[in-house]
Amino acid sequence: MAPYLSLAIWVPILAGVAVLVLGRDRDAGTARWIALAGALAGFLVTLPLYTQFDLTTSSMQFVERSEWIPYFDIYYHLGVDGISVLLVLLNSFTTLLVVWASWESIKVRVAQYMAAFLVMSGFLNGAFIAQDAILFYVFFEAMLIPMYLIIGIWGGERRVYAAIKFFLYTLLGSLLMLVAFLYLYQKSGSFALADWYELPLSLQTQVLIFIAFFAAFAVKVPMWPVHTWLPDAHPEAPTGGSVVLAAITLKIGAYGFVRFVLPILPDASHYLSGFIITLSLIAIVYIGFVAIVQPDMKRLIAYSSISHMGFVTLGFFLFSVQGSEGALAQMLSHGFVSAAMFLWVGVLYDRMHTHLIADFGGVANTMPKFAAFVMLFSMANAGLPGTSGFVGEFLVILAAVKFNFWIGLVAAISLILGAAYTLWMYKRVLYGEVANARVAALTDLNRREFWLLATLAAAVLFMGIWPKPFIDVMHVSVVDLLAHVAKSKL
Amino acid sequence: MTMQQLYLVVPMVPLLASIVVGLWGGAMPRAAAHRITILAVAISFVASIFIYRDVMAGNSFNGDLYVWAMTGGVRMAIGFLIDPLTAIMLIVVTFVSLMVHVYTIGYMADDDGYARFFSYICLFTFSMLMLVMSNNFLQLFFGWEAVGLVSYLLIGFWFKRPTAIYANLKAFLANRVGDFGFILGIGLVLAYFGSMDYAEVFAKAPSIAPATVGLWGAAQWSVLTVTCICLFIGAMGKSAQVPLHVWLPDSMEGPTPISALIHAATMVTAGIFMVARMSPLFEYSDTALSMITIIGATGALFLGILGMVQTDIKRVVAYSTLSQLGYMTVALGVSAYSMGIFHLMTHAFFKALLFLGAGSVIIALHHDQDLRNMGGLRKYMPVTYWTMLVGSLALCGIPPFAGFFSKDAILEATHLSVIPGRGYAAFAVTAGVFVTAFYTFRMMFMAFHGAPRFGHAAHEHGDHDAGPPKESPWVVTVPLVLLAIPSIYTGWMYIEPMLVGDFFGKSIFVLPEHQVLAGFRAHWHGITAFMLHGVMSLPFWLALAGIASAWYLYLVNPALPARIAAMAGPLTTVLLNNYYFDRFNEWFFAGGSRRIGKLFSNVGDGKIIEGIVNGSAHLVGWWGRMLRQLQSGYVYHYAFTMIIGLFAMLTWWVIV
Repeated sequence: MAPYLSLAIWVPILAGVAVLVLGRDRDAGTARWIALAGALAGFLVTLPLYTQFDLTTSSMQFVERSEWIPYFDIYYHLGVDGISVLLVLLNSFTTLLVVWASWESIKVRVAQYMAAFLVMSGFLNGAFIAQDAILFYVFFEAMLIPMYLIIGIWGGERRVYAAIKFFLYTLLGSLLMLVAFLYLYQKSGSFALADWYELPLSLQTQVLIFIAFFAAFAVKVPMWPVHTWLPDAHPEAPTGGSVVLAAITLKIGAYGFVRFVLPILPDASHYLSGFIITLSLIAIVYIGFVAIVQPDMKRLIAYSSISHMGFVTLGFFLFSVQGSEGALAQMLSHGFVSAAMFLWVGVLYDRMHTHLIADFGGVANTMPKFAAFVMLFSMANAGLPGTSGFVGEFLVILAAVKFNFWIGLVAAISLILGAAYTLWMYKRVLYGEVANARVAALTDLNRREFWLLATLAAAVLFMGIWPKPFIDVMHVSVVDLLAHVAKSKL
Repeated sequence: MTMQQLYLVVPMVPLLASIVVGLWGGAMPRAAAHRITILAVAISFVASIFIYRDVMAGNSFNGDLYVWAMTGGVRMAIGFLIDPLTAIMLIVVTFVSLMVHVYTIGYMADDDGYARFFSYICLFTFSMLMLVMSNNFLQLFFGWEAVGLVSYLLIGFWFKRPTAIYANLKAFLANRVGDFGFILGIGLVLAYFGSMDYAEVFAKAPSIAPATVGLWGAAQWSVLTVTCICLFIGAMGKSAQVPLHVWLPDSMEGPTPISALIHAATMVTAGIFMVARMSPLFEYSDTALSMITIIGATGALFLGILGMVQTDIKRVVAYSTLSQLGYMTVALGVSAYSMGIFHLMTHAFFKALLFLGAGSVIIALHHDQDLRNMGGLRKYMPVTYWTMLVGSLALCGIPPFAGFFSKDAILEATHLSVIPGRGYAAFAVTAGVFVTAFYTFRMMFMAFHGAPRFGHAAHEHGDHDAGPPKESPWVVTVPLVLLAIPSIYTGWMYIEPMLVGDFFGKSIFVLPEHQVLAGFRAHWHGITAFMLHGVMSLPFWLALAGIASAWYLYLVNPALPARIAAMAGPLTTVLLNNYYFDRFNEWFFAGGSRRIGKLFSNVGDGKIIEGIVNGSAHLVGWWGRMLRQLQSGYVYHYAFTMIIGLFAMLTWWVIV
């Protein structure tokens, strides 16, 4: 069997290096084609992970393990299960979209831009499949660098402020996690996650480690109240940066909760579940209200992301199959929908160089095809049945009602708020008379943009109409995870 | 073709047509857009007739199409339940939809969005069919939200108009408030029944009935009461019950064909259908039924009263729809589900007729909808006039038109019921008869009788074609005639099988102690006796009084209404402002959300959280400046924090 997981990490990274070496600033075309070939290869090598995936087991598959730093018992140890495999695919798919989406909109330092995304993609895959804590940590931290560059170099006016804020926020969180890793190593003599799952820990220790992990992952998700870096980062990031940030990077935080917090600290997770549930509900409702009044489309979508990610953390900490599967479905769907939302804002930005709602109005008159796509994605963002956005929200709300009626009730408020902020934005941007001469001069989607959005539309509709293939992949892993979390480690 | 394949034909052919016309409508001739969709809906209609006959022959079906998801031992599937209740809904939906499709050829003839409109109404037909054919809660919710989506798209069809895009957002959000309750209801069903499948849930209902849930303090609530109230909140949104009715009058901003199809005949009756479908659950909760009765009765009378002061012809019909939905809801509340469905059916025909007739008038007057600019249209538009007269008589409940039978049955049911709130309901629906007759004939007299007032208005609008109004083309009048026919005969034709016989069989469940229909059956002595009894009882005379008052006030003494309005003073103001519901919602909900949003955004995020974050950042920045001599560029952050990390790690080591 081919080492698919290593390929998933190294194909995009090496392709990124190749783009850097071969691409010249004066010859952007070459850089674009190499990047596209690399992203496509990176996507293709992850497909066998799905086609050859064994649905009947929850143990790690496609495992690779070799020594890396023997002195500290650090291994190059990779593997996927039902929880991570779809995230790897989502990441490789998104990278392909981003390269495609940036085709004409990036004009300066194209090679470096493309390289940053490809390298980033490899790092993200690495974080999703690392089974050794230090290996995970390396990828987890390394991904900050390309994202920092993407925002800092190709970003908007306040890009430096946004980039530094993003960097510091996320880095400071992860340092506490490193400390926790070292403590766990000291206790168990191993950096293997599988060993840590079986490691008995007192409740007090678990709570302390929980806090350390929480600092790292909650910032990434981001959970209220450590979310304020995200609405600052998005408006400054270029379209591709926003897409990867929203679709994939946020998922690392949520993934950390499933991969580290729940199985390593089951007792603390139960003990502190009320805390996480409360923060999740605040994210859903408070942030929903904040999103309504945002004057900037990208800020609005950023807040909407935080609100949607609230369903993910809520779902995991209900400790039920529906809740966890809903949370994972929400992660995938948010990958599609937030990518699509930022891409359509990018389409407008490429034409008008603004994403302030007030600069638009009546875009549907001049861009009817575009308006139809935006309607679909807006409805997906509002969680309409038949779109992927419904699946996760629905399952999590069902699980929450079962857990406690009032928690379900608060979570369900997002049905109203999500529709309010998304459709009010749609009304102001796309409906109405043509607002100004610049809107009147807009041209509808070109062929590249059309097929880009059509691809995401197909994904959003497919998952909404038939989520079973997605949920079946995660099912066995989720059931086993919950069984593991139900057992006390004290 | 097997029956199962035929079931699939009913929703799928319109879906296919909608997709084809939606994607390639711009590239095809206009005629192709309407031919494809009309053919599709016609196929659907014919298939529905076959299914109806099959069901009448005693067959039924309950099976899944595909599994949507399996999670936590719960099977969530898409599937069909075909029984008498579904069959009658299929006929109503496909027939009215077909009429509206044909009518649209005339109404939208000059519109730029011709193909888009046909694609939308065909998509609507698909969604509504999936809703009524569902055999489970998941698909019900799918259809539920899908019809809301298409309604949103169609109210905002003329998206350049500020009023239209205000109305469609309002409609979607009001519906979402209902859906918020609905999804909680579904959540409770899943939590306590462990299934999404109707058959399994309904079978368990008797055993769940005694179960209670503690929601607040020590008080215990019946699980079914909480569930049914949540589900009914969904129905309140979709079927425009007080106080979630506010979106329906504004939805008149959409083109008239959809007002007829979506906002009168089908979508707004989804809530009525849903409660009837869930009768095995609602029957076990007297509290929920009582609440339904009171809310329905309030709408039936008080929203009808608002119809008496409207000047827009479509809004008169819209308020009448609100009032009639109240009647249907009262029928559900007093456990006379089959009467609710019977009234739903007759109402679908005559209300679609009235809307399409109003649309015909609107075409003739070049899109002027103001009743004050009409008058005397009778001789210009005879077909529209006579068909609308049929619709009006049916709406007022004059025998032998369809509405008489369905409405009189509901009036009788309120007297036979034992549910708390029945007295109020009986009063409201009886008084409502006068109100209905008054606003209906006020509209008829103002539009079709008396002196013509339209020439003046057309001139004011600067209309170049100021000739006398003409009767609409055949694509408009033929649907009117075809809808007038069932508005005449469906009443006496179906009252006996539906209300006296066992038409609905097992699809509607009523507990013995709620057997209102048994009482109705006991008094049943045939159609002639029912009509004679109706003519001799109060409601009929109230209806005549309503018509007579409208005649006196608007034809004999037209100056009087203004004087009465002035005399009533504050009351008139309250009515003209729709009881201030809109004003309150705009201030409290819309404005309140924005105020909360601003508060959270500026103070919560901006001042408090960012204050703490930036405060710590300044601290870090100070350290950063200290260390800048050592490193340059972004690398210094990394190096710096690694040092801090190492420091923290070592500290931890030392302490632990």
